[in-house]
Amino acid sequence: MATNISFILNGDEISYEVKDHWTLSHLLREEMGLIGTKEGCGNGECGACTVIVDKLAVNSCLYLAIEVEGKIVETIEGLASTSGALHPIQQSFVKNGGIQCGFCSPGMIMSSKALLDKNPDANHEEIKHALAGNICRCTGYVQILESVEAVKNMGGQNE
Amino acid sequence: MSKSNSDFSVVGKRIPKLDAAQKAMGRAEYIQDIKLPGMLYGRILYSKYAHANIVKIDTSKAVALSGVHAVLTGEDVPEKMKMGFIKDNPPIKKGKVCSFRDEVAAVAAISPEIAKKALDLIEIEYEEQIGIFDPEKAMEKDSPLVHGHLKSNVLKMPWDIHYGDVEKAEKESAFVVEDRFTTQWVTHCCLGTSGAIALFDANDNLTIHTNTQIPSLAQKDFLESLKAMGLENKRVRVIKPIIGGGFGSKLDTYAYEHIAILLAHKCRKPVKIAFDRVEEFKATSTRQPTIIYIKQGCDKNGKLTFRDMRMVLDNGAHTSWGATTPSVMLMPISSLYRVENVKYVAKCVYTNNTYSQAMRGYGNPQATFAIESSMDMLAEKAGIDRIEIRRINRNQSGDETPQGLKITTCGLEECIDAVEKELKFDGKNEKGVGTGIASLIHVGGGARIYGSDGCGAILKMDDYGKVDVFTGGTDMGQGLDNIIAQIVAEELGLLAEDINVVHSDTDICPWDVGAHASRSTFVAGNAALGAAKKVKQKIQKFASKLFDVPAEKIEFKDKLVFVPGDQEKSMPLGKLLRKAHFSPGGTMLMAEYFYDPDNQNMGKELKGNMSMTYSFGAHGAKVKVDEETGKVEVLEYVAAHDVGRAINPLLLEGQVYGGVVMGLGYALTEEVTVKDGEIMNANFRDYKLFTAKDAVKIKAPIIETDDKDGPFGAKGIGEPGCVPTAPAIANAIYDAVGVRIKDLPITPEKVLVALKKKND
Repeated sequence: MATNISFILNGDEISYEVKDHWTLSHLLREEMGLIGTKEGCGNGECGACTVIVDKLAVNSCLYLAIEVEGKIVETIEGLASTSGALHPIQQSFVKNGGIQCGFCSPGMIMSSKALLDKNPDANHEEIKHALAGNICRCTGYVQILESVEAVKNMGGQNE
Repeated sequence: MSKSNSDFSVVGKRIPKLDAAQKAMGRAEYIQDIKLPGMLYGRILYSKYAHANIVKIDTSKAVALSGVHAVLTGEDVPEKMKMGFIKDNPPIKKGKVCSFRDEVAAVAAISPEIAKKALDLIEIEYEEQIGIFDPEKAMEKDSPLVHGHLKSNVLKMPWDIHYGDVEKAEKESAFVVEDRFTTQWVTHCCLGTSGAIALFDANDNLTIHTNTQIPSLAQKDFLESLKAMGLENKRVRVIKPIIGGGFGSKLDTYAYEHIAILLAHKCRKPVKIAFDRVEEFKATSTRQPTIIYIKQGCDKNGKLTFRDMRMVLDNGAHTSWGATTPSVMLMPISSLYRVENVKYVAKCVYTNNTYSQAMRGYGNPQATFAIESSMDMLAEKAGIDRIEIRRINRNQSGDETPQGLKITTCGLEECIDAVEKELKFDGKNEKGVGTGIASLIHVGGGARIYGSDGCGAILKMDDYGKVDVFTGGTDMGQGLDNIIAQIVAEELGLLAEDINVVHSDTDICPWDVGAHASRSTFVAGNAALGAAKKVKQKIQKFASKLFDVPAEKIEFKDKLVFVPGDQEKSMPLGKLLRKAHFSPGGTMLMAEYFYDPDNQNMGKELKGNMSMTYSFGAHGAKVKVDEETGKVEVLEYVAAHDVGRAINPLLLEGQVYGGVVMGLGYALTEEVTVKDGEIMNANFRDYKLFTAKDAVKIKAPIIETDDKDGPFGAKGIGEPGCVPTAPAIANAIYDAVGVRIKDLPITPEKVLVALKKKND
């Protein structure tokens, strides 16, 4: 079964025929070639595939593609400005050593953005809670948490 | 006189990882992201039993499925195509399986879904055999054999070592402690799972895109596979995509790579095999689990007299590098602290469990867990302060250890001081709170375990003052790209961003033994430095004619080539390179350098200076133990490391933090649970990694000892962060509530049982 859906993806209006069993991560990665969304487990456990749907961070590997009908979807590809400047959260991860192998980074950054969009002044415990679903094996989370702390007062907004 | 960081422009600076922006934007391409035209998808079928004979395989239904291009069984694998350093492991098994992980068939199809469906259609009749899962039982004379053609389950390995006279030293000791420790299976949990894409050109030359930490040795393995397939004198090109974490997992070649090669050759199309997470847990190798018996003693002043250790290692059903971890365990056993009399016997035993491989620390975390737990027990028995006993016995510059390790720079005392400064060790913490300390020694200047411990570098200047460095080394996220860029930039008076580090392709990069043994900063760094010095001399020679001054008067800084004190004699590097290029008889400036450290292979006597220098460190932990639940909370953690010199403190701290948290998982939460050979927790819900929620406050004091052989004084730091973590935690728990847990991981259940036993 296939269904035609319309949604907003990184600011663009999209109309796409999706099979009913496709996950959102499948649609993004395999069909649309948006490889920035990573898949680390396919089971909602690692958070590498995190994207933002209607302001909520979700595991796109567990989210059916047809469910984004009429919704606003943000992926890592939509964060940098059109001129190519990194989003402040991306900049902060780069600057503060929040990225090593980088496989968890897009998901980690999207979870951070969902948090800071909603709660620009999040405290340390709230940041830890928001990132608890994103596994990182390289950094021990120290520099990731520092990255979010360093950028939080700039909110999730583009400069 | 040793240099201080203020003498450097680029070295010692916190320069963000050069590929971080690409990664932050989601533009980095991992093996999961690569698709080649006409590519097929391969998938592997694994055994249903831990130990069984294969009576019959029927692949006809799978072959008939539309979209399937090839089905392979053990019958299709050339006889000589075998993996592992003793070549005991064919990529698909024939006639018999020895573990659940054993490959029994593989398919290639036009989609991953069809490949999966095809596997379901393969019918196999097994005849189950008795399995053996306990390595100590497997050593008994009447044990069933894992490999029937061998006389014993015990591998023929040389680990029976005696330095000095342990028996005599034991008799003369004032205090002796003795105990048994065990360590569990843990696994790397790289976020990017394993995968490879193999393809052949029209002349049967192979290109393989694969996650590997050993491009040059992998190339050799694949050449051997081609030879076994009857493809003589062919070329193999290994291309590394961006790697989603290594930690030692990629230090061997695996069945999936060799199977991708077989499938690609059979189908004449590119074939990709990419693991899902369950497969990553079940079909990649673990850290070697151990059973450790330790006895050590000291005199009445606390000076160590002897150390006697015996280990049994579960080798699993096949042999990968895990079986050689005793060679690295020997380092802390013989050389962590000054101890003259040392005995070490290790037995690696075949079982029907999964087989082990290298994992960060390569045996050192296991050995150090026992040694450092036992050090605290000895201190208590001798009535000596735990910090003091470590100071008394600390390694010092100029020492030569019983194994023959030559200690050059040694900051162990400073590391112990740094830990003591941050945490209280006076036993006066509040109830349920305690502190613990543990030290480490690790190779810091390469490790000669292979014929060569070398790495090559090729350096090419362009017309604009930018540099391409082709290194044999591997970046897998740890930051070797930065280290090389900063070293080369420092030498040539450039910025790190002027240096492009290429480390991805055996067609263009020179040889390297691999990203192991915390050797890349030291060895690949020295190789790049050597090439930079060579090219610098060439530039100086050219400039000396241009400026009419002796070559040695010419200096490099801020992208300029100049003679100090003479403003007329100064030129931007790019302009000078163009002059060299476009003058009559023009020249392009390039250089190559192969650095092979002057370290030693251990000979038959198992002695030798395996590394040019050694890294030291001390970790301190402050924990709180909930006596109602047994849960251990890490309140504070200090990880002090002698790193020689921090080429990039930002990245170095990242290595330490990441190592510590991996070590904390080893200490407290992580375990691959195995029941009769079967892995029971192949997912992140049940394999308990630390998450951001569990993040710990970590301080990482950097001790710089400016090693004479390291590039700008640097030593390796990739592995040390996870080496002494478990004993630091175990010692802190003992300090907190008086129970000593000797079996990792230290789960709440174990703590509770121990508390109950103590209070009864």
